[in-house]
Amino acid sequence: MPVPLRVLHCHCVFAQVVPKATKEAVLKGLTESGIPFDAVPDLCELSAKKDPCLKELIGDGGRVTIAACYPRAVKWLFAAAGAKLPDTGVEILNMRTETPEAVLAKLLPTEAP
Amino acid sequence: MSIPLPLPLANAAPSGPSFRVIVYEGVGADPLDPAVRAEAVQALLLKGFAVSVVRTGGSAAPITAGTLVVLGKFTEAKPDRATNDSGVTAFFRDPTSKTATEIVELVAGIRAEANIAEPPKWKPWFPVIDYDRCTNCMQCLSFCLFDVYGVDAEKQIQVQNNNKCKTDCPACSRVCPEVAILFPKYRHGPINGDVVNADDMRRESMKVDISSLLGGDIYAALRDRTAKSKSRFAKERDSDKALEERTKCLVKLGEQLDIPPEVFASLPSIDQIRIKADEAAAKAQAALAERKN
Repeated sequence: MPVPLRVLHCHCVFAQVVPKATKEAVLKGLTESGIPFDAVPDLCELSAKKDPCLKELIGDGGRVTIAACYPRAVKWLFAAAGAKLPDTGVEILNMRTETPEAVLAKLLPTEAP
Repeated sequence: MSIPLPLPLANAAPSGPSFRVIVYEGVGADPLDPAVRAEAVQALLLKGFAVSVVRTGGSAAPITAGTLVVLGKFTEAKPDRATNDSGVTAFFRDPTSKTATEIVELVAGIRAEANIAEPPKWKPWFPVIDYDRCTNCMQCLSFCLFDVYGVDAEKQIQVQNNNKCKTDCPACSRVCPEVAILFPKYRHGPINGDVVNADDMRRESMKVDISSLLGGDIYAALRDRTAKSKSRFAKERDSDKALEERTKCLVKLGEQLDIPPEVFASLPSIDQIRIKADEAAAKAQAALAERKN
Protein backbone atom coordinates (compact mmCIF):
# COMPACT_ATOMS: atom_id res chain seq x y z
CA MET A 1 0.00 0.00 0.00
CA PRO A 2 1.54 3.36 -1.03
CA VAL A 3 2.31 5.95 1.64
CA PRO A 4 -0.52 8.47 1.50
CA LEU A 5 0.29 11.88 0.11
CA ARG A 6 -0.35 14.77 2.44
CA VAL A 7 -0.89 18.34 1.35
CA LEU A 8 0.00 21.48 3.30
CA HIS A 9 -1.19 24.88 2.11
CA CYS A 10 0.24 28.17 3.43
CA HIS A 11 -2.17 31.08 3.08
CA CYS A 12 0.55 33.73 3.62
CA VAL A 13 -1.86 35.90 5.57
CA PHE A 14 0.58 38.43 6.99
CA ALA A 15 2.08 39.80 3.80
CA GLN A 16 0.87 39.93 0.25
CA VAL A 17 3.93 38.27 -1.24
CA VAL A 18 1.92 35.33 -2.56
CA PRO A 19 -0.57 36.73 -5.06
CA LYS A 20 -4.04 36.80 -3.48
CA ALA A 21 -5.68 35.32 -6.57
CA THR A 22 -3.25 32.40 -6.60
CA LYS A 23 -3.53 31.40 -2.95
CA GLU A 24 -7.33 31.76 -3.00
CA ALA A 25 -7.68 29.70 -6.15
CA VAL A 26 -5.41 26.97 -4.76
CA LEU A 27 -7.32 26.87 -1.48
CA LYS A 28 -10.63 26.74 -3.32
CA GLY A 29 -9.34 23.94 -5.53
CA LEU A 30 -8.26 21.97 -2.47
CA THR A 31 -11.55 22.40 -0.59
CA GLU A 32 -13.49 21.28 -3.67
CA SER A 33 -11.15 18.41 -4.50
CA GLY A 34 -12.31 15.86 -1.98
CA ILE A 35 -8.76 15.22 -0.76
CA PRO A 36 -7.72 15.81 2.85
CA PHE A 37 -5.26 18.63 3.50
CA ASP A 38 -3.82 20.91 6.14
CA ALA A 39 -3.80 24.69 5.84
CA VAL A 40 -2.00 27.21 8.01
CA PRO A 41 -2.43 30.98 8.10
CA ASP A 42 1.28 31.68 7.63
CA LEU A 43 4.31 29.39 7.78
CA CYS A 44 6.53 32.38 8.56
CA GLU A 45 4.51 33.03 11.70
CA LEU A 46 4.81 29.41 12.84
CA SER A 47 8.55 29.51 12.19
CA ALA A 48 9.04 32.86 13.95
CA LYS A 49 7.22 31.52 17.00
CA LYS A 50 8.95 28.13 16.73
CA ASP A 51 5.49 26.60 16.91
CA PRO A 52 5.67 22.86 17.69
CA CYS A 53 2.84 22.23 15.26
CA LEU A 54 5.41 22.53 12.43
CA LYS A 55 6.68 19.12 13.51
CA GLU A 56 3.15 17.76 13.31
CA LEU A 57 2.71 19.29 9.88
CA ILE A 58 5.71 17.50 8.41
CA GLY A 59 4.35 14.46 10.12
CA ASP A 60 5.43 10.92 10.28
CA GLY A 61 7.75 10.51 7.33
CA GLY A 62 5.09 10.11 4.64
CA ARG A 63 5.18 12.10 1.43
CA VAL A 64 4.20 15.76 1.85
CA THR A 65 3.57 18.41 -0.78
CA ILE A 66 3.73 21.98 0.48
CA ALA A 67 2.08 24.82 -1.46
CA ALA A 68 3.80 27.95 -0.19
CA CYS A 69 6.63 30.04 -1.63
CA TYR A 70 10.28 29.59 -2.62
CA PRO A 71 11.53 26.10 -1.68
CA ARG A 72 14.76 27.48 -0.18
CA ALA A 73 12.72 29.77 2.09
CA VAL A 74 10.30 27.04 3.13
CA LYS A 75 13.12 24.59 3.87
CA TRP A 76 14.90 27.01 6.20
CA LEU A 77 11.71 28.30 7.80
CA PHE A 78 11.03 24.77 8.99
CA ALA A 79 14.63 24.26 10.05
CA ALA A 80 14.65 27.55 11.99
CA ALA A 81 11.82 26.20 14.11
CA GLY A 82 13.60 22.93 14.81
CA ALA A 83 11.39 21.00 12.39
CA LYS A 84 13.87 19.96 9.73
CA LEU A 85 12.21 18.76 6.54
CA PRO A 86 13.20 15.23 5.53
CA ASP A 87 15.66 14.96 2.64
CA THR A 88 13.23 12.94 0.57
CA GLY A 89 9.46 12.82 0.16
CA VAL A 90 8.88 16.57 0.37
CA GLU A 91 7.84 18.62 -2.64
CA ILE A 92 7.51 22.39 -2.36
CA LEU A 93 5.35 24.31 -4.82
CA ASN A 94 5.92 28.02 -5.22
CA MET A 95 2.68 30.03 -5.32
CA ARG A 96 4.70 33.25 -5.75
CA THR A 97 5.76 32.23 -9.23
CA GLU A 98 3.50 29.41 -10.39
CA THR A 99 -0.08 29.74 -11.61
CA PRO A 100 -2.87 28.22 -9.49
CA GLU A 101 -3.56 25.79 -12.32
CA ALA A 102 0.05 24.57 -12.28
CA VAL A 103 0.04 24.23 -8.48
CA LEU A 104 -3.27 22.37 -8.41
CA ALA A 105 -2.16 20.07 -11.21
CA LYS A 106 0.66 18.90 -8.95
CA LEU A 107 -1.47 18.75 -5.81
CA LEU A 108 -4.52 16.92 -7.00
CA PRO A 109 -4.61 13.31 -8.10
CA THR A 110 -5.23 12.84 -11.80
CA GLU A 111 -8.21 10.82 -12.94
CA ALA A 112 -7.41 7.37 -14.24
CA PRO A 113 -8.09 7.15 -18.01
CA MET B 1 -14.21 9.86 27.19
CA SER B 2 -12.23 8.76 24.13
CA ILE B 3 -12.54 10.72 20.89
CA PRO B 4 -15.27 9.01 18.86
CA LEU B 5 -14.03 9.63 15.31
CA PRO B 6 -11.08 8.40 13.19
CA LEU B 7 -9.07 11.62 13.52
CA PRO B 8 -5.35 11.59 12.63
CA LEU B 9 -4.26 11.26 16.27
CA ALA B 10 -0.60 10.24 16.59
CA ASN B 11 1.06 8.09 19.22
CA ALA B 12 4.21 10.19 19.03
CA ALA B 13 5.35 12.17 22.04
CA PRO B 14 3.42 15.41 22.36
CA SER B 15 5.20 18.18 20.50
CA GLY B 16 3.51 20.96 22.42
CA PRO B 17 0.23 22.75 22.78
CA SER B 18 -1.64 23.69 19.64
CA PHE B 19 -5.11 24.70 18.59
CA ARG B 20 -6.42 23.38 15.32
CA VAL B 21 -9.76 23.38 13.53
CA ILE B 22 -10.73 20.11 11.88
CA VAL B 23 -13.27 20.22 9.08
CA TYR B 24 -14.37 16.62 9.32
CA GLU B 25 -15.85 14.87 6.27
CA GLY B 26 -14.63 11.34 6.97
CA VAL B 27 -16.33 8.22 8.22
CA GLY B 28 -19.38 9.10 10.32
CA ALA B 29 -20.06 12.48 8.72
CA ASP B 30 -21.61 13.94 5.58
CA PRO B 31 -19.84 16.59 3.51
CA LEU B 32 -20.50 20.21 4.41
CA ASP B 33 -22.16 22.60 2.01
CA PRO B 34 -19.32 23.27 -0.51
CA ALA B 35 -19.80 27.02 -0.66
CA VAL B 36 -19.89 27.47 3.13
CA ARG B 37 -16.95 25.07 3.57
CA ALA B 38 -14.74 27.00 1.13
CA GLU B 39 -15.68 30.36 2.63
CA ALA B 40 -15.28 29.11 6.20
CA VAL B 41 -11.83 27.58 5.63
CA GLN B 42 -10.59 30.83 4.15
CA ALA B 43 -12.20 32.95 6.87
CA LEU B 44 -10.64 30.76 9.59
CA LEU B 45 -7.19 31.08 8.03
CA LEU B 46 -7.55 34.84 7.75
CA LYS B 47 -8.37 34.95 11.47
CA GLY B 48 -5.21 32.98 12.24
CA PHE B 49 -6.62 29.49 12.82
CA ALA B 50 -4.86 26.44 11.38
CA VAL B 51 -7.31 24.17 9.58
CA SER B 52 -7.15 20.49 8.64
CA VAL B 53 -9.72 19.08 6.26
CA VAL B 54 -10.08 15.40 7.14
CA ARG B 55 -11.57 13.11 4.53
CA THR B 56 -11.27 9.47 3.63
CA GLY B 57 -8.65 8.40 1.11
CA GLY B 58 -5.68 10.28 2.51
CA SER B 59 -4.39 11.79 5.70
CA ALA B 60 -4.00 15.10 7.43
CA ALA B 61 -1.11 16.02 9.72
CA PRO B 62 -0.97 13.80 12.80
CA ILE B 63 -2.14 15.47 16.00
CA THR B 64 0.02 14.84 19.05
CA ALA B 65 -1.28 17.39 21.51
CA GLY B 66 -3.51 20.35 22.05
CA THR B 67 -7.10 21.28 21.44
CA LEU B 68 -9.23 20.60 18.39
CA VAL B 69 -12.50 22.02 17.21
CA VAL B 70 -14.07 19.34 15.04
CA LEU B 71 -16.68 20.73 12.67
CA GLY B 72 -18.85 18.19 10.87
CA LYS B 73 -22.30 17.05 9.84
CA PHE B 74 -22.06 13.98 12.05
CA THR B 75 -24.35 11.08 11.28
CA GLU B 76 -24.47 10.14 14.96
CA ALA B 77 -24.65 12.36 18.00
CA LYS B 78 -21.29 13.45 19.37
CA PRO B 79 -20.35 14.68 22.84
CA ASP B 80 -19.69 18.40 23.20
CA ARG B 81 -16.12 17.57 24.12
CA ALA B 82 -13.89 14.52 24.62
CA THR B 83 -10.28 13.96 25.66
CA ASN B 84 -8.06 11.01 24.75
CA ASP B 85 -5.28 9.35 26.76
CA SER B 86 -2.63 11.65 25.23
CA GLY B 87 -4.50 14.70 26.45
CA VAL B 88 -5.87 15.83 23.09
CA THR B 89 -9.21 17.54 23.72
CA ALA B 90 -11.73 17.74 20.91
CA PHE B 91 -14.81 19.97 20.83
CA PHE B 92 -17.47 18.70 18.41
CA ARG B 93 -19.80 21.09 16.64
CA ASP B 94 -22.17 20.78 13.70
CA PRO B 95 -21.88 23.98 11.62
CA THR B 96 -24.98 23.24 9.50
CA SER B 97 -26.93 26.43 8.76
CA LYS B 98 -24.11 28.65 10.03
CA THR B 99 -22.42 31.23 7.82
CA ALA B 100 -18.62 31.41 7.52
CA THR B 101 -18.58 34.41 9.85
CA GLU B 102 -20.64 32.53 12.44
CA ILE B 103 -18.28 29.54 12.18
CA VAL B 104 -15.29 31.79 12.90
CA GLU B 105 -17.15 33.23 15.91
CA LEU B 106 -17.99 29.72 17.08
CA VAL B 107 -14.33 28.65 16.92
CA ALA B 108 -13.14 31.83 18.64
CA GLY B 109 -15.70 31.20 21.38
CA ILE B 110 -14.43 27.66 21.93
CA ARG B 111 -10.85 28.91 22.14
CA ALA B 112 -11.96 31.32 24.86
CA GLU B 113 -13.96 28.58 26.60
CA ALA B 114 -10.87 26.36 26.61
CA ASN B 115 -8.88 29.20 28.19
CA ILE B 116 -6.47 29.33 25.26
CA ALA B 117 -5.07 32.78 24.79
CA GLU B 118 -5.06 34.43 21.40
CA PRO B 119 -1.64 34.05 19.81
CA PRO B 120 0.60 37.04 20.51
CA LYS B 121 1.10 39.54 17.74
CA TRP B 122 4.23 39.11 15.67
CA LYS B 123 6.04 40.96 12.90
CA PRO B 124 6.14 39.15 9.57
CA TRP B 125 9.70 40.31 9.06
CA PHE B 126 12.74 38.42 10.26
CA PRO B 127 15.83 36.77 8.79
CA VAL B 128 16.23 33.07 8.16
CA ILE B 129 19.66 31.54 7.66
CA ASP B 130 20.34 29.15 4.78
CA TYR B 131 22.89 26.85 6.44
CA ASP B 132 23.66 25.21 3.10
CA ARG B 133 25.34 28.50 2.18
CA CYS B 134 26.35 30.03 5.53
CA THR B 135 30.09 29.84 6.29
CA ASN B 136 29.70 31.15 9.83
CA CYS B 137 31.78 34.22 8.96
CA MET B 138 29.88 36.34 11.53
CA GLN B 139 29.51 39.33 9.19
CA CYS B 140 25.81 39.50 10.07
CA LEU B 141 26.53 39.40 13.80
CA SER B 142 29.13 42.15 13.44
CA PHE B 143 26.83 44.23 11.26
CA CYS B 144 23.44 44.14 12.96
CA LEU B 145 23.06 46.78 15.65
CA PHE B 146 19.79 45.39 16.94
CA ASP B 147 20.98 42.13 18.53
CA VAL B 148 19.07 39.96 16.08
CA TYR B 149 22.00 37.53 15.73
CA GLY B 150 23.89 35.45 18.25
CA VAL B 151 25.65 32.13 18.47
CA ASP B 152 24.52 28.80 19.87
CA ALA B 153 26.49 26.56 22.26
CA GLU B 154 28.63 25.33 19.32
CA LYS B 155 29.36 28.94 18.32
CA GLN B 156 27.26 28.57 15.20
CA ILE B 157 25.58 31.76 14.04
CA GLN B 158 21.83 31.83 14.58
CA VAL B 159 18.88 34.20 14.61
CA GLN B 160 18.27 34.77 18.31
CA ASN B 161 15.92 37.74 18.53
CA ASN B 162 13.83 37.89 15.39
CA ASN B 163 11.38 40.29 17.04
CA LYS B 164 14.16 42.90 17.23
CA CYS B 165 14.56 42.94 13.45
CA LYS B 166 13.59 46.21 11.78
CA THR B 167 10.63 45.81 9.45
CA ASP B 168 11.49 45.90 5.75
CA CYS B 169 15.22 46.20 6.44
CA PRO B 170 17.19 43.49 4.61
CA ALA B 171 20.58 45.14 5.22
CA CYS B 172 22.21 42.12 6.89
CA SER B 173 21.37 39.97 3.89
CA ARG B 174 23.06 42.60 1.72
CA VAL B 175 26.29 42.34 3.69
CA CYS B 176 26.27 38.53 3.78
CA PRO B 177 29.00 37.45 1.34
CA GLU B 178 27.33 34.09 0.70
CA VAL B 179 23.71 35.24 0.10
CA ALA B 180 22.83 32.99 3.03
CA ILE B 181 20.35 35.29 4.75
CA LEU B 182 16.74 35.17 3.60
CA PHE B 183 13.80 37.38 4.32
CA PRO B 184 10.87 35.30 3.05
CA LYS B 185 8.57 38.32 2.85
CA TYR B 186 11.03 40.39 0.79
CA ARG B 187 10.03 41.46 -2.71
CA HIS B 188 13.08 40.40 -4.67
CA GLY B 189 15.30 37.39 -5.11
CA PRO B 190 17.52 35.89 -3.98
CA ILE B 191 16.82 37.47 -0.56
CA ASN B 192 13.24 36.15 -0.71
CA GLY B 193 14.54 32.59 -1.08
CA ASP B 194 14.74 32.46 -4.85
CA VAL B 195 17.58 30.43 -6.34
CA VAL B 196 21.00 32.11 -6.05
CA ASN B 197 22.52 32.45 -9.51
CA ALA B 198 25.92 33.45 -10.85
CA ASP B 199 24.92 37.12 -11.20
CA ASP B 200 23.91 37.23 -7.55
CA MET B 201 27.28 35.81 -6.54
CA ARG B 202 29.09 38.39 -8.69
CA ARG B 203 27.14 41.14 -6.95
CA GLU B 204 28.11 39.61 -3.61
CA SER B 205 31.79 39.70 -4.44
CA MET B 206 31.42 43.34 -5.52
CA LYS B 207 29.74 43.95 -2.20
CA VAL B 208 32.72 42.53 -0.34
CA ASP B 209 35.03 44.73 -2.40
CA ILE B 210 32.98 47.78 -1.50
CA SER B 211 33.13 46.70 2.12
CA SER B 212 36.93 46.41 1.86
CA LEU B 213 37.12 49.84 0.28
CA LEU B 214 35.17 51.18 3.20
CA GLY B 215 37.74 49.67 5.51
CA GLY B 216 35.87 46.40 6.08
CA ASP B 217 33.44 47.91 8.51
CA ILE B 218 30.53 49.94 7.32
CA TYR B 219 29.94 51.44 10.76
CA ALA B 220 33.59 52.42 11.00
CA ALA B 221 33.16 54.16 7.65
CA LEU B 222 30.07 55.92 8.92
CA ARG B 223 31.92 56.95 12.06
CA ASP B 224 34.85 58.29 10.06
CA ARG B 225 32.51 60.19 7.83
CA THR B 226 30.69 61.60 10.80
CA ALA B 227 33.96 62.54 12.46
CA LYS B 228 35.05 64.33 9.28
CA SER B 229 31.69 66.05 9.14
CA LYS B 230 32.06 67.09 12.76
CA SER B 231 35.51 68.41 12.03
CA ARG B 232 34.24 70.33 9.04
CA PHE B 233 31.31 71.54 11.10
CA ALA B 234 33.72 72.78 13.78
CA LYS B 235 35.78 74.61 11.16
CA GLU B 236 33.02 75.89 8.97
CA ARG B 237 30.30 76.34 11.60
CA ASP B 238 27.78 75.46 8.92
CA SER B 239 25.13 73.27 10.49
CA ASP B 240 23.08 73.12 7.29
CA LYS B 241 26.03 71.82 5.31
CA ALA B 242 26.82 69.20 7.95
CA LEU B 243 23.23 68.02 8.01
CA GLU B 244 23.14 67.89 4.24
CA GLU B 245 26.32 65.81 4.19
CA ARG B 246 24.98 63.39 6.76
CA THR B 247 21.66 63.05 4.96
CA LYS B 248 23.45 62.41 1.65
CA CYS B 249 25.54 59.70 3.26
CA LEU B 250 22.53 57.99 4.80
CA VAL B 251 20.43 58.24 1.65
CA LYS B 252 23.26 56.69 -0.38
CA LEU B 253 23.72 53.87 2.12
CA GLY B 254 19.97 53.35 2.28
CA GLU B 255 19.74 53.06 -1.49
CA GLN B 256 22.66 50.65 -1.68
CA LEU B 257 21.35 48.34 1.01
CA ASP B 258 17.59 48.94 0.57
CA ILE B 259 17.25 50.14 4.15
CA PRO B 260 14.01 52.01 4.89
CA PRO B 261 14.38 55.57 6.27
CA GLU B 262 12.53 54.43 9.42
CA VAL B 263 15.47 52.22 10.29
CA PHE B 264 17.87 55.13 10.10
CA ALA B 265 15.46 57.14 12.19
CA SER B 266 15.59 54.45 14.89
CA LEU B 267 19.37 54.19 14.94
CA PRO B 268 20.95 55.05 18.27
CA SER B 269 23.37 57.94 18.66
CA ILE B 270 26.76 57.67 16.97
CA ASP B 271 28.43 56.93 20.31
CA GLN B 272 25.97 54.17 21.05
CA ILE B 273 26.48 52.80 17.53
CA ARG B 274 30.20 52.69 18.18
CA ILE B 275 29.71 50.78 21.43
CA LYS B 276 27.18 48.36 19.89
CA ALA B 277 29.29 47.75 16.79
CA ASP B 278 32.41 47.12 18.90
CA GLU B 279 30.47 44.75 21.16
CA ALA B 280 29.05 42.85 18.20
CA ALA B 281 32.44 42.61 16.51
CA ALA B 282 34.02 41.35 19.73
CA LYS B 283 31.25 38.78 20.13
CA ALA B 284 31.77 37.61 16.56
CA GLN B 285 35.54 37.38 16.96
CA ALA B 286 35.23 35.51 20.24
CA ALA B 287 32.82 33.02 18.66
CA LEU B 288 35.14 32.48 15.70
CA ALA B 289 38.18 32.06 17.95
CA GLU B 290 36.39 29.58 20.22
CA ARG B 291 35.16 27.60 17.24
CA LYS B 292 38.74 27.29 15.93
CA ASN B 293 39.97 25.88 19.28
